[in-house]
Amino acid sequence: MPPPPIRKISLDAPPTVVHVPPVPLAGNGNGNGHAGPAGGVHTPGPPPSDAPVLERMRCDAVTIAYGSKVAVNRVDLPISQGEVLAMIGPSGCGKTTLLRSLNRLTELTATASRGGRILLDGQDIDQLEVTTLRKRVSMVFQQPNPFPMSVFDNVAYGLREGGSKRPRKKELLEPVENALTRAGLWHEVKDNLDHPALRLSGGQQQRLCIARSLAAQPEVLLMDEPCSALDPISTAKIEELILELREQIAVVIVTHNLQQAQRVADKVAFMYLGELVEYAPGEQLFNAPQAQRTRDYVGGAFG
Amino acid sequence: MSALTTPPRDPRAPLPGARRTRARDSATSWPLRDRVGLALCWAAGIVLCLVAGSILLYMCFKGITQLKPAMLWTHPSAAVDQSRTGGFLDPIQGTLMLTAIGIAIAVPVGVGVALWLVEYGRPAPLARAVESAVDVIAGTPSVVLALFGLSFFSETFLSWMSFRAEDAAFGRSFMIAGTVMSLIALPLVVGATREALLQVPNHVREASLALGKTKASTIRAVLLPAVRPGIATGTALGMGRIIGDTAIVILLLGNTLTIQPRDGAAPVIGLLQGTGSTLTSYIYGNSPTGEGNAPEKAYAAAFVLLLIVVALNALATRIARGRGKDTAWIR
Repeated sequence: MPPPPIRKISLDAPPTVVHVPPVPLAGNGNGNGHAGPAGGVHTPGPPPSDAPVLERMRCDAVTIAYGSKVAVNRVDLPISQGEVLAMIGPSGCGKTTLLRSLNRLTELTATASRGGRILLDGQDIDQLEVTTLRKRVSMVFQQPNPFPMSVFDNVAYGLREGGSKRPRKKELLEPVENALTRAGLWHEVKDNLDHPALRLSGGQQQRLCIARSLAAQPEVLLMDEPCSALDPISTAKIEELILELREQIAVVIVTHNLQQAQRVADKVAFMYLGELVEYAPGEQLFNAPQAQRTRDYVGGAFG
Repeated sequence: MSALTTPPRDPRAPLPGARRTRARDSATSWPLRDRVGLALCWAAGIVLCLVAGSILLYMCFKGITQLKPAMLWTHPSAAVDQSRTGGFLDPIQGTLMLTAIGIAIAVPVGVGVALWLVEYGRPAPLARAVESAVDVIAGTPSVVLALFGLSFFSETFLSWMSFRAEDAAFGRSFMIAGTVMSLIALPLVVGATREALLQVPNHVREASLALGKTKASTIRAVLLPAVRPGIATGTALGMGRIIGDTAIVILLLGNTLTIQPRDGAAPVIGLLQGTGSTLTSYIYGNSPTGEGNAPEKAYAAAFVLLLIVVALNALATRIARGRGKDTAWIR
């Protein structure tokens, strides 16, 4: 049997942005006629969360440009607590840029400029003090990046005002233990809290970075390909962690790994060339994509 | 698939039909040009080792045979009779004091310049100007800096740094020599700190900012600990430059055989305002070209100088290591 023809994506096709309201899925495929390349395999998403879904952030016609190059073009996107939002798309499609704009890290790039509004609980994030915003909307990076200090100090770092040594260690032990437990690292490091964090393994370092973000009790956690530098076992631990975290905080994860998006995401946003092409519940986006480009991407025609 | 699986085999046993191959140096098949080049590289390395080894051995041998322990705690004095010229306690103290003053100025300023260049560095023309300024100082011979220092610090309004005679400042003191010495150490501190800062990946800075920290506390709590080994390297190199410099000592420290505190000043201040000499100027003075002409004392002093340099370098490395020994991020 010959393989199915590989469809090349047409760059000049008008972008078909499909916004699908979050409806409970009744079966697969709702009569869209196209059986996408992935249409034959039914892939279940993550188990549904018990927590009520509550919208925390919203992108409102967000456009981000580096100099004159537009990286993100008029994106509208809700971000909700109680579910995981995965952003997928090929390299350079603007997903990381959009993620970084959510806690105004894009401002560190001298040439970056932003249009549109980003709301956190209905309030424009430009109106917030940037340190306050970043305490509420924290971020985990692609590469594990613990600071050159002990495991304890790394987690306590976010709790200490202005990076000083106060408050003392005793007062911080409880929140630090709490954060490490939530990140699933407590049992591995509880005897070595004074060891330098850079001696941990890569997977432990990344979970330490997650614990460091969690210690400050953020409301939204942004993750920029948090598993791309890790082995499969560490990846599985972090994915498990993400599913636990979504109960209490809104989680946004950027990933190159479609299987990972399928495993952890309740909602998936597919971006291409700076446009939000499709935003839908994960199961629907992977099994019955509405837009041609999404179908090509999740089907493996390009990427 | 199952046809391909084989019964388990001792992994150490040789595979049937396999033989051990050895990496053979293929230099024999190289063109003549390359073989000659390779031979020259070998020769250069070996000759350098021999040169360094013989200098060290010769100085150690000469030094140990000439050094009498009493020299370490005897004040020097000028005398025609060599047995009465004493030791070199004052030059040792002078070397240590001058190094301490120079480093105490160069390290904070140098680290500050490097931080500004890497973390701020704007406006760009100013950053380029600062870089050029550091390069200019690094490239200026110390005797030129010393000459400039002499005329600059002889201005009356700077008379508090040395002592004043008539209507001009003397322009020679530990404080003045240390200040100019800090200039020759500064470029090394700036360079090493800057390199270390550039080695810290950007996502580490962003990770701190993403926790709601300000840039200042990021620098203080994350970047400074991370670049501590770099700062120590720069400090060690700078100390080496300061200890080894003679021109500034001769022009700006007065080059008096013993330490001469300023008359009538408070104890420590008077010392800083006073004059003295260092081991390098002592060696110069006692070498056959100098007025002392007592080579055996020069050898002994050179040996002590060597020991001080080695000890200070070890100390700097030790401080640098501290707790954050292996700061290797995945890039």
